[in-house]
Amino acid sequence: MWKLLKIELFKIFRRPRTYIAFAAIAAIITLIQLAFYSDGEAFLQFGMQSLKETFDINGKIVNGYLVCYVILQTLLIHVPLLIALIAGDAVAGEANMGTLRLLLTKPVSRSQFMWTKFMATVIYTLLLLVFMAALALFLSVSIFGTSDLIILKSETIVILDRHDILWRYFGAFGFAAIAMTTVASLAFLLSVFAENSIGPIVATMSIVILFTILTTMDIPFFNAIKPFLFTNHMLNWKGFFEEPVNYREVLKSATILIGHIVFFVFTAIAIFKKKDILS
Amino acid sequence: MKTIQILFVIICTHSFPQFCFSQSEAALIKGVKNKLDKVNNYQADGVMTIDVSFIKVPPSAVKVYYKKPDKFNVKKDGGISILPKGSASVNLNSIISGENYTIVPAGNTVLENSTVRIIKLLPNDENSDVVVTSLYIDEKKLLIRKSVITTKESGTYEIEMAYGKYSEWGLPDKVIFIFNTKDYKLPKGVTFEYESGEKKPKTANSENKKGKVEIAYSSYIINKGVPDSYFK
Repeated sequence: MWKLLKIELFKIFRRPRTYIAFAAIAAIITLIQLAFYSDGEAFLQFGMQSLKETFDINGKIVNGYLVCYVILQTLLIHVPLLIALIAGDAVAGEANMGTLRLLLTKPVSRSQFMWTKFMATVIYTLLLLVFMAALALFLSVSIFGTSDLIILKSETIVILDRHDILWRYFGAFGFAAIAMTTVASLAFLLSVFAENSIGPIVATMSIVILFTILTTMDIPFFNAIKPFLFTNHMLNWKGFFEEPVNYREVLKSATILIGHIVFFVFTAIAIFKKKDILS
Repeated sequence: MKTIQILFVIICTHSFPQFCFSQSEAALIKGVKNKLDKVNNYQADGVMTIDVSFIKVPPSAVKVYYKKPDKFNVKKDGGISILPKGSASVNLNSIISGENYTIVPAGNTVLENSTVRIIKLLPNDENSDVVVTSLYIDEKKLLIRKSVITTKESGTYEIEMAYGKYSEWGLPDKVIFIFNTKDYKLPKGVTFEYESGEKKPKTANSENKKGKVEIAYSSYIINKGVPDSYFK
């Protein structure tokens, strides 16, 4: 199994497209950090206009923790699209290159083959998140320093003590790992149906975009279906930045996402096991 | 002779009540002011608790700085401190530091089992933001227990004070600052927030337009000097 996994990882990291996601994330994070470095105070003044009518705020508002929070808010919506690039290619890519039949002639069960593919995709997803965490959190903290984190929400303001933040980021990244794995498993499932990787990649992106738009729109008709959209639960990493943390809500979302992962992966394996491989 | 003296007192109190009372009220204010005047500056450690319906913030350790005549600042070491606007200009020392006000007696009342005198200060300056200040003074100890300050711009502030080991300096162990708050709302597009589809229950104090800040002081360093840079 480990040998198979190494081969899969070698295949993933040999492809140039794998590094597109790392480059895109590095570029976006650097741009956000640059923007905050040059004009972060002015950006926040706009958000805190109504607050400053009533309160005087002292202290280092623009700090590494805040910059990381803004980066996560911006990026965690878009990272699923980058993950789909690799996960959607997992099985369909082999079919496209005509190596699928050849691979299955080896003394490896179809289940083992699929588990290895999925685990390689998960490792890629986790590495992408670790890379993102290193840049968004640790680089931001080293550039901007630390202070309390002020989170502006539409109806409330949360201020978290600087000694009470780091664990929340670890929790949020852990939750994001589950959320991103959900997208990876969806792309992995769609990959089973296609003979070309473009199909599952575009289909995954379309589903994520559609669901995200439905999640974003504040229309009563859509509100009824929002609890059933996995994209809605993917946003609950923010639960770690509530005071106090609503563990019930965070655990509920994490459980629903894990349920999606299990469903997508087992369905993908079940379908693949019965599939007539012609390519 | 005695009858004439009594008559004089009666005529005086009925004809010129303000004159007769203002002497003693002014003396009381002067006594409080003299007590507060002993403090030229201080640096205090305390714990600040904010209770505002739309702000969630844990109690935090703060340092409070004061310097005559009206410099006042609250800082959280390495963190963010949030204070109601104008609270710096309504600290007690600055309220009674000048003499440009008219003193009006307003009777007595009982605060926490002790009788206090109510004195209203009306600013003589028409451009002053403060409209009227009501002071509730413990006459025996020369301490201001409570003050209610009505301003033109920011509504009414209420300050309640509890005294302990620093009462000889007129400095409180605990200050509760009650103030008016305005609505806070930001578009979801600005905050990157998304609707979850679940109705959020209204909290009990979500309609409450009053905010409360409490500072519990643990220690003061009095008259040892505070640099001006601490007030920037």
